[in-house]
Amino acid sequence: MARKIVILALAILVITFGLYFYEQNKRKELKILTISTTTSLYDTGFLDEVARIFKEKYGIEVHFIAKGTGAAINDAKLGVSDAILVHAKSKEEEFMREGYGVNRKIFAYNFFVIVGPKDDPAKIRGSSVVDAMKKIAEAGREGKAIWVSRGDLSGTNVKEIALWKAAGFDYEEIRKEKWFRETGAGMGQTLLYASNEKAYTLSDTGTYLRFKRAGKIDLEILVDRGEELINVYSIIVVNPEKGNENFDLAMKFEKWLVTDGQEVLRGFGRDEFGMPLFYPAVEVLEKKIEPYYSWIAKYGFINGSECPKEYRYRAEEYGIAFW
Amino acid sequence: MAVIELRNVVKDYGQFKLSLSMEIERGITAILGSSGAGKTTLLRIIALLESFEGEYYFMGEEASEKHRKKITMVFQQPVVFRGTVLDNLLYALSLDGNSSKEKAEEILEKLNLLEVAKKKAKNLSGGEKQRLAIARALAIEREVYLFDEPTSNLDAENASIVEKCIRDLAKSGKTIVIATHNIFQAKRLSDKVAFLHNGKLIEYGETKQIFENPKNELTKKFVSGDAYY
Amino acid sequence: MVSLFGDLDWGIVAEITLRSLKVSGLAAILASTIGIPVGVLLSLYNFTGREFLKSIFNTLLGIPTVVMGLFLYLLLAPKGPFGFLGLLYTEMGISLGQMLLVLPIVVSITATSIEQVSEEIYELALTLGASRAQAVVKVISEALPGIVLSSIAAFNRAVAELGIALMIGGNVFVYGGLANTRVLTTAIQMHVARGEIDVAIVLGLILLSVVFAISWIMNLVKKWL
Ligand SMILES: Nc1ncnc2c1ncn2[C@@H]1O[C@H](COP(=O)(O)OP(=O)(O)O)[C@@H](O)[C@H]1O
Ligand SMILES: [Mg+2]
Repeated sequence: MARKIVILALAILVITFGLYFYEQNKRKELKILTISTTTSLYDTGFLDEVARIFKEKYGIEVHFIAKGTGAAINDAKLGVSDAILVHAKSKEEEFMREGYGVNRKIFAYNFFVIVGPKDDPAKIRGSSVVDAMKKIAEAGREGKAIWVSRGDLSGTNVKEIALWKAAGFDYEEIRKEKWFRETGAGMGQTLLYASNEKAYTLSDTGTYLRFKRAGKIDLEILVDRGEELINVYSIIVVNPEKGNENFDLAMKFEKWLVTDGQEVLRGFGRDEFGMPLFYPAVEVLEKKIEPYYSWIAKYGFINGSECPKEYRYRAEEYGIAFW
Repeated sequence: MAVIELRNVVKDYGQFKLSLSMEIERGITAILGSSGAGKTTLLRIIALLESFEGEYYFMGEEASEKHRKKITMVFQQPVVFRGTVLDNLLYALSLDGNSSKEKAEEILEKLNLLEVAKKKAKNLSGGEKQRLAIARALAIEREVYLFDEPTSNLDAENASIVEKCIRDLAKSGKTIVIATHNIFQAKRLSDKVAFLHNGKLIEYGETKQIFENPKNELTKKFVSGDAYY
Repeated sequence: MVSLFGDLDWGIVAEITLRSLKVSGLAAILASTIGIPVGVLLSLYNFTGREFLKSIFNTLLGIPTVVMGLFLYLLLAPKGPFGFLGLLYTEMGISLGQMLLVLPIVVSITATSIEQVSEEIYELALTLGASRAQAVVKVISEALPGIVLSSIAAFNRAVAELGIALMIGGNVFVYGGLANTRVLTTAIQMHVARGEIDVAIVLGLILLSVVFAISWIMNLVKKWL
């Protein structure tokens, strides 16, 4: 009996090792590209479509790992991912300055929206972004309005911090005030919370539209115009000098994203929501379509370029040019 | 030669100390005493389940692990194994190298347990469990059988069934020790009585002598029923 | 074609469910292979450091899965100390992570169920003529229902946990992909985040059914034991 148990235990361990080596071998034979991405982009479903196309057309398995921008950058630093899809310029710049990221390309943009309850207690409907933020803070201090922040240093949160600054507030100060709430959660959770509390919040269009269409939230878009609200998505490839062995595949993916990928992007979500979730950025940059070109340049460029020279790495070999 | 010989055996629990010398012969010996007197402790020492100071000779040899195979004990609180009543018996028999179902059923019949043979032992009543525990001990061949309050959970009818079994066992030449606080049982059943009080052996003698002519005041009080607490 | 917006693709649902069963099943089997002997040792044998070991396992019992997930993530990342194993974002990675998570469950339920029976069963077996080794075997076989329970509890915790599956698995899904790691819990979390609550509910019900079915089967096994 004791012997049988020992044999069983050994068999289990042998099988486990077998499974491990089988899986490792299988992965070696597959072409796998790992890309860490911001959640708001992932949750639109756009990347599911991209992964499907890559598998079908090129036999490449693109593994998208959804995280906040900060965590996605961390992934790349730890050698987990071969490229990142993000939307927080300051962090991207830092990532490249530290030598981790190269060949940044802006591939899409859309607009953040300030959403809130229909009755709009702070009367921000139609205001400019800066005025809207001021009015919300004012109404908040009078006890008439609530603001919900994600407080998770995600791209959306970083944008929010910048908007408060533009309106003359210090995020670190006002986050202590009573009308200012933080969820520390994703966009969906934050929208649900804001809806429950009849509060204002900043959202990306994609998440807002999906929750709105599903009837999960009772919030309206109150401010959606204004260059400050532009949301610029870029791809950064991890530097091969920092150990990225998949650089070649990552560059081919980047190339696809700024060429064929632009058409996929253009059509995505149009049937679902009656409006596109993203706008292709490459043609705007190429043809300098105004006013978007200036807006992207202002909010998405680093030192006057989407990717300053010192952060470029053998991109011409892949036929990629930078603006 | 005595089957069991205890010389200056001491078990010290701090609050309570058992300390005695005694010899036990074939036949039925009752360890009589009120609750807390040390009966269970004594039986456990004899069953080699408890460490102790002093000397213990089993049929002339210094008692050790190997003698455990010559002794069995039925606990005061019956313990049963998982599985059916029959499984319980078969396990005991298998350790004895003799797992015959007939033998098991014969014993169950004797103890009025045949109709619950297929029941899960854990689901038995207290009295049924106690009889099962006794049946399990009777199923195996031993020199010495120790019973700790064997009829405490039983009705009169089942108690007399158990007592009959114990008597039969004695007739076949075995050594039986039963711990009991029941003076009537001791009187009915035993050849010799050892009266225990506070861990001390107060008086030890033929049953008749202990009940009719106790030498010690404590014994006298106990066997007359005055001390029945 | 994958339906991106909530319409259920039952092929995908089946794939994810099977993966959950496979990954967490392996985790529970491995945890049992290691945890049951450890539980037996901890409950039956006295050795120095036993109490210390026991308290470690008891502490690990309550460890939040996200903490465990984060910890393992840092260890398994390519530039981490165990990066060379290539376990991050793999099924085996999830299995091993969940194995570590549920190991304390197996150890402590096994140890407790043995301790509950050990004294009296051990002595009873001795009085019936068992050797010390035979008595130990009897104690273990008496504790078998509890030991089986520890394995089910381990599986149920593994299959229902999110932290490790997400941090170590990454919720990777490619339609037709051969290296996917999406399991029920990560899929549920994702669909909730995407506002596809109805899909999440369906997956949640499947998860519940799995847990109930396994518990029910194991209960039958326990009765039969
Ligand atoms: N393991 C133990 N540790 C400490 N005290 C004990 C232990 N076992 C028994 N005792 C004490 O020894 C005394 C005698 O107990 P016991 O032998 O069970 O008496 P009896 O069986 O005559 O009722 C009691 O006071 C009891 O509390
Ligand atoms: Mg007693």
